[in-house]
Amino acid sequence: MRKVFDFHGGIHPTENKHQSVRTPIADAGIPPELIIPLSQHIGAPARPLVAIGERVLKGQMIAEALGFVSVPVHAPTSGTIHAIEDRLIAHPSGYLAPCIVITTDGQDEWEAHSGVLNYRTLETADLISIIRNAGIAGMGGAGFPSAVKLSVKADTPIETLIINGTECEPYITADDALMREQAFEIIEGTKILQQIIGPKSTLIGVEDNKPEGIAALCAAAQGTNIEIVTFPTKYPSGGEKQLVEILTGQQVPSGGLPSEVGVVCQNIGSTVAIFDAVVKGRPLISRVTTVTGESVREPQNFEVLIGTPVQYLIDKAGYQSEKNNRLIMGGPMMGFTIPDTGVPIVKTTNCVLAPSEAELSTPPPAQACIRCGMCAEVCPASLLPQQMFWFAQGKEFEKLEEHNLFDCIECGACSFACPSNIPLVQYYRASKSEILQLRHDHEIAEQSRIRFEARQQRLEQAEQEKEAKRAARKIAAQQRAEAAQESGAEDPIQAAIDRAKIKKAEQQQDGAGDESELHKLEKAIASTAKRLTTATTKLEQAQAEGSDLVGALQTGVDKTREKMAVAKQALNDYQQHLDTRSAEQRPADAAQSAIERAMQARTTEAALSPQEKARVDLKKLQNRLKKTQATLLQSHQNAEEAKVIEALESTVARLTEKINALQPLLNTAEDA
Amino acid sequence: MIDLLTQHPLLAAIIALVLLAAVFGALLGFAAEKFKTEGNPIADEINNILPQTQCGQCGYPGCRPYAEAIAGGEAINKCPPGGETGVQALADLLDLEPLPLDEEHGEAKKIAAVAFIREDECIGCTKCIQACPVDAILGAAKQMHTVISSECTGCDLCVEPCPVDCIDMIAEEESLKTWHWQLPDPVSRRVDIIATDVIPSNPNEGRAA
Repeated sequence: MRKVFDFHGGIHPTENKHQSVRTPIADAGIPPELIIPLSQHIGAPARPLVAIGERVLKGQMIAEALGFVSVPVHAPTSGTIHAIEDRLIAHPSGYLAPCIVITTDGQDEWEAHSGVLNYRTLETADLISIIRNAGIAGMGGAGFPSAVKLSVKADTPIETLIINGTECEPYITADDALMREQAFEIIEGTKILQQIIGPKSTLIGVEDNKPEGIAALCAAAQGTNIEIVTFPTKYPSGGEKQLVEILTGQQVPSGGLPSEVGVVCQNIGSTVAIFDAVVKGRPLISRVTTVTGESVREPQNFEVLIGTPVQYLIDKAGYQSEKNNRLIMGGPMMGFTIPDTGVPIVKTTNCVLAPSEAELSTPPPAQACIRCGMCAEVCPASLLPQQMFWFAQGKEFEKLEEHNLFDCIECGACSFACPSNIPLVQYYRASKSEILQLRHDHEIAEQSRIRFEARQQRLEQAEQEKEAKRAARKIAAQQRAEAAQESGAEDPIQAAIDRAKIKKAEQQQDGAGDESELHKLEKAIASTAKRLTTATTKLEQAQAEGSDLVGALQTGVDKTREKMAVAKQALNDYQQHLDTRSAEQRPADAAQSAIERAMQARTTEAALSPQEKARVDLKKLQNRLKKTQATLLQSHQNAEEAKVIEALESTVARLTEKINALQPLLNTAEDA
Repeated sequence: MIDLLTQHPLLAAIIALVLLAAVFGALLGFAAEKFKTEGNPIADEINNILPQTQCGQCGYPGCRPYAEAIAGGEAINKCPPGGETGVQALADLLDLEPLPLDEEHGEAKKIAAVAFIREDECIGCTKCIQACPVDAILGAAKQMHTVISSECTGCDLCVEPCPVDCIDMIAEEESLKTWHWQLPDPVSRRVDIIATDVIPSNPNEGRAA
């Protein structure tokens, strides 16, 4: 008989286990609809592999693992994919999560699958990959991917493999039922684990309140090196760290993993799932779940498909909703109230508890902490719950961490023991998530700080580079100037300034010379007259030949005529101006003359007949249209963005419209 | 010499003290030079508390400059993203009276938000990229821009420069990922922890089915 140890604290709540083990495990059957969450484990959610409307077979992988800490999901029975959408899941938050919904067809048709009967021939890596591909995640509660747990590093030697058959929480008998009925599978699954890990000793720890299960296990383990260890019933001896201490006497260090003391733990349910996966080739698509409580007529264990709605399962056990005050997923110590009966059973659901009001009544109001210390006495992690309660209320997170809040396993023993009915665990859960949130925020802030500083540095550097270039240019300019001076040539800057001055002076002189201005105007008139005659001759010629160019030439002639008129007007004005100016003073500034020029231009324009005006406008529009069309063609050829082409096309349309509007105006003018 | 000292204890004491002062003074002076701290350590600690949104609501161009200003005596209540908890933390660090948040610099936001660019309206002007203090906007001239939401601090600085107003601040919705347990409400007793539900005076009574 192996020596067993004790751990600090612990409580003895009423077990209430006998109700649900009176009958063997029943098959829950196939519900019409299965809701399979993509994240039933700790780690990254799986990625769907199927499409809506697709037919899937039992055991087919419908979502693959995404990353190392993740597991795939398989179809629990044959049917069609009804939807891949967010559904309400069993989570205390009551939030939706992505799920694959299968409408079952009742045929339960298997996908071709085969196991390896002689698993001893397989390599460790192959075994781990089978376990991973079978979607096995810790079935005790947290749902940590089993394959990850088994991939222990070579530098941490594992002395002991512990199979956790404790099941210390009241009401739950799923593991007990497995031990009674599937002891052979448990032992074989344990042997597979032995092969993977290669421990010196293998222990199956069971509380002494399950004599039938222990007897069955002992019978199955005959002739193997697997030792069945029983120890006194006490809650929470099923906690991983507590079980390690009970069986080995060693304490897992704060914040550490059991592998640090040479131990790997697996749940009884996981060993059966591993046996099924390796030997039968059957992925994790169903599990044993206890349905119990006073609100069900026949409390019992069910072999239930993953994704079965809770309502379907409790109806199988004879659920009486009028007696029930709330539905709890998990046990009475660590479970949570589910928001709706439509939520699905997942890989970690070991119990659905439907208590009556008398069984688990609404708790009385919390009273003040009287610092009796009972919580500290029962704490299995040897913490100081009353101190932590104090700090949690005051949100003193640093103090909480100093008091090892993160070693709390949230077993609820302190809350159970508290004579003031304070929901202590609730305070620790809230504080833990708050601290994690703060840590996360701080990490993000740190990242932002780094990015901000990197950006500042980059901008500064760019500024410095610019400054350096500027300085270099300045120096170069100075050097050039010096070189020029030395070689006797004048300073280029000074030379440029001088040139500009000379030019200005010349312009002023030009302005003064009235003679030259007059001369210019006369010259302009002469050249325009000349152009006009040539254009007119050409037009006449074209008209005689009936050429296509008539229109264009006509406009040319018109334009030249206009210019002629403007030039003549200008000369006229100038002469008048000269006459008046001889009497007056010269206009002092250039602006005045510019205004006058503009006014003159306007009068000339006004002098044009409406027909001419319309023709000019039309011409302008036509030119613009041509230009736009050319650009459009080019952009078509260059296959430019649709946005650009669209804009150009709309411009063309607008211009055509304008031209069309102007054309009749011109025609009527010509008719008149 | 010894005789002189023994006969004049006052003189002896003065000489001894002067010698000691000279030795320790030299030692301190040497240490001050040798182990001189670079930068301002208190500003670093203040900067650690500030939320690093780099929003400039405090009136300084970023968290670091404000941290340095606080180290130089600036008021600690000018950081709306840090909220009351931030002011409290700063007050604890600097041993000051915690002040209420200065409303002039904006109100504390309850929910974190990230910028989102409506991408088909973006004209690719790069103005928001230049405004972003943490380089969280990706894009180039005449190319669509987008916000790297994991890097966005929700500082709002990109919203104002956008000429086509295509940037929205979208508040993060609470989801399964962001959800966490709340402290129990002392008034309502509907808490989901079951263990406290029944505290029978005798554990073997009343619980058995």
